[in-house]
Amino acid sequence: MTVSIADLVPGASESGGDLSAATLREMFRFMLLARVLDERMWLLNRAGKAPFVISCQGHEAAQVGAAFALTRGKDFTLPYYRGLATVLVMGMTPTEVMLGLFARATDPSSGGRQMPAHYSHRRLKIITQSSPVGTQIAHAAGVGLAERIKGGDAVVWTSFGEGTTSQGDFHEGINLAAVQQLPVIFQCENNEYAISVPQKQQMAVTSVADRGPAYGIPGISVDGTDLLSVYEVTRRAVERARRGDGSTLIEARVVRLTAHSSDDNDRTYRSQRELKSMRLSDPLARFAAYLHDQDMLSEAEERDLRAEIGAEVDAATEAAEQAPMPDPETLHNYVYAL
Amino acid sequence: MPEINLLEAIRQGLDEMMAQDDRIFIFGEDVGRRGGVFRVTEGLIDKYGPLRVLDSPLAESVIVGACIGAAMNDTRPIAEIQFADFIAPAFNQIVQEAARIHYRSNGDWSVPMVIRAPYGGGIHGALYHSQSIEAFFAHVPGLKVVAPATPYDAKGLLKSAIEDNNPVLFLEHKKTYRLIKGQVPEHDYRVPIGPAEIKRPGEDLSVFAYGLMIHYCLEAAQSLAASGVSVEVVDLRTLRPLDVPTILASSRRTGKVLIVHEDNLTGGFGGEIAALIAEHAFEYLDAPIVRLGGPDVPAMPFARSLEDAFMPNPQKIIEAMRRLAAY
Ligand SMILES: Cc1ncc(C[n+]2csc(CCOP(=O)(O)OP(=O)(O)O)c2C)c(N)n1
Ligand SMILES: [Mg+2]
Repeated sequence: MTVSIADLVPGASESGGDLSAATLREMFRFMLLARVLDERMWLLNRAGKAPFVISCQGHEAAQVGAAFALTRGKDFTLPYYRGLATVLVMGMTPTEVMLGLFARATDPSSGGRQMPAHYSHRRLKIITQSSPVGTQIAHAAGVGLAERIKGGDAVVWTSFGEGTTSQGDFHEGINLAAVQQLPVIFQCENNEYAISVPQKQQMAVTSVADRGPAYGIPGISVDGTDLLSVYEVTRRAVERARRGDGSTLIEARVVRLTAHSSDDNDRTYRSQRELKSMRLSDPLARFAAYLHDQDMLSEAEERDLRAEIGAEVDAATEAAEQAPMPDPETLHNYVYAL
Repeated sequence: MPEINLLEAIRQGLDEMMAQDDRIFIFGEDVGRRGGVFRVTEGLIDKYGPLRVLDSPLAESVIVGACIGAAMNDTRPIAEIQFADFIAPAFNQIVQEAARIHYRSNGDWSVPMVIRAPYGGGIHGALYHSQSIEAFFAHVPGLKVVAPATPYDAKGLLKSAIEDNNPVLFLEHKKTYRLIKGQVPEHDYRVPIGPAEIKRPGEDLSVFAYGLMIHYCLEAAQSLAASGVSVEVVDLRTLRPLDVPTILASSRRTGKVLIVHEDNLTGGFGGEIAALIAEHAFEYLDAPIVRLGGPDVPAMPFARSLEDAFMPNPQKIIEAMRRLAAY
């Protein structure tokens, strides 16, 4: 079932629900920041300055919409490698992101140990991610289990792609969370590809959300290029989790506007037509048009915002490039915790 | 000092730690009402409730994976893998996640958890209830691997493992559970993770082993003493981090080395010990280093005759010791 905000809250798509114009502009700012940072990373990659980039382009609305429904500093996120917009909303700075891209010593995710986009930030409750897909889904269930044991009311949010739903940890993690009614939100960002493999070779159902009821939890499919719908669906899932009523599986249908990563060439498996038409689903353009429509953002304001963000990304890039590399002497640090 | 078996020592260790620290919880198959298939956790659900002694779904990857997540949310999980043979589905979570999280986050996150796993054969468990799995995991930096042989060590090491801020794989030899009894003090004590212990001092040769094999080696050493061969039996207790100084000191002293484990010989942990001795104590050796291990067959068969043929036992160890002493 695909829901839009209009189904959930009558009239909501016009009013933006209960969100103030200022909040809507802030959401747009995060989407734009994620996009500009992401595009800059590709430029740096093509210029030979960054060996690896993996993108959130096309996923911004799904991530910003969801993250705005969480409480920063309180709720846990376990975002997968496309989660740039997620971590920005949760409090990671553009400079911190760039430190990760350049594998600098002060990269908060890993001190330059991991590939870029393997996000982590303990103070921000962003839990460290690895490369084997889906392992975080089991961790998310466990973070929720601990929250239950501690008697706390933090909510846990994790994300992953639709290809990853074929992994055993997807099943095991969601099943545990469902059985124990844990406060966990599972967001599948369905961009219809796992590198080159299309969704229909990954699963025999048309929507990942169809699986929710099989585990005994709600499964909701939402247009992930529509920021307000994602926000509303996630807000309800957060309420449900905080009340102690358990988990929700959300499928956010998104587009992957880039190749899988900087090492992929999607022209080998996507048609010219598709490469062109997916641009029509760009969530950033869609939300910008909505804000213009609602007179919440003028063309001039958007121009100014782009200039401001461009300068911010320039500064972040420069600061990160100048930061020192990890000292080879530190190779042996942190094998074991004290 | 009361005498208890190894299983009771582990249960006491769990109980005493859970009483002191309500962040500790147990998560595994049948650990609740049933008290575990070996009854290690028996009675704990009544004392600590179903939230802290929690039956998991039948899914090893999430048993470990959820404990990893829980450990990062300020609890101290103890995962129970019902039989070590079924740890394979959790290999990814243990090796790629638990062992690497502290390193990959540059020290920001850590995973204080224990994974208890009953292992080992000689109990008519056949291929899938007899395995020794230590070599797979002792290879992995970031993970600690502990394999106690006595009730005293089991309780003391378990407490240390629970307090450790790293993932600790805690291997309990199934045959020792009820077979091995020993004195365990009533007072609170710890056995630190790391140091080996010389369980029997001797002069003519050094034997390195752990778990059930320690008892077989002690039996063999005892019977050789009558014929005037003095055997030193070193209980490694911890495989990772390994007590290299104790291994080297004993090897240098006796000049002859026998390593015994139940795990398959090839690629077994004995190879690492042999390599360390060859590298650092070569000039002190009076004989080639000898390894006695399980044969290189896929796993331990069920039939009594085949199981006996697989398992190292005191008789096989005596023969190996004799040959080495005479070299
Ligand atoms: C366990 C595992 N197998 C293979 C890979 C290689 N790999 C990385 S991303 C990816 C595709 C993931 O697709 P999906 O889950 O749909 O996420 P998306 O990248 O489309 O957002 C693959 C196969 C991996 N990282 N982990
Ligand atoms: Mg995908």
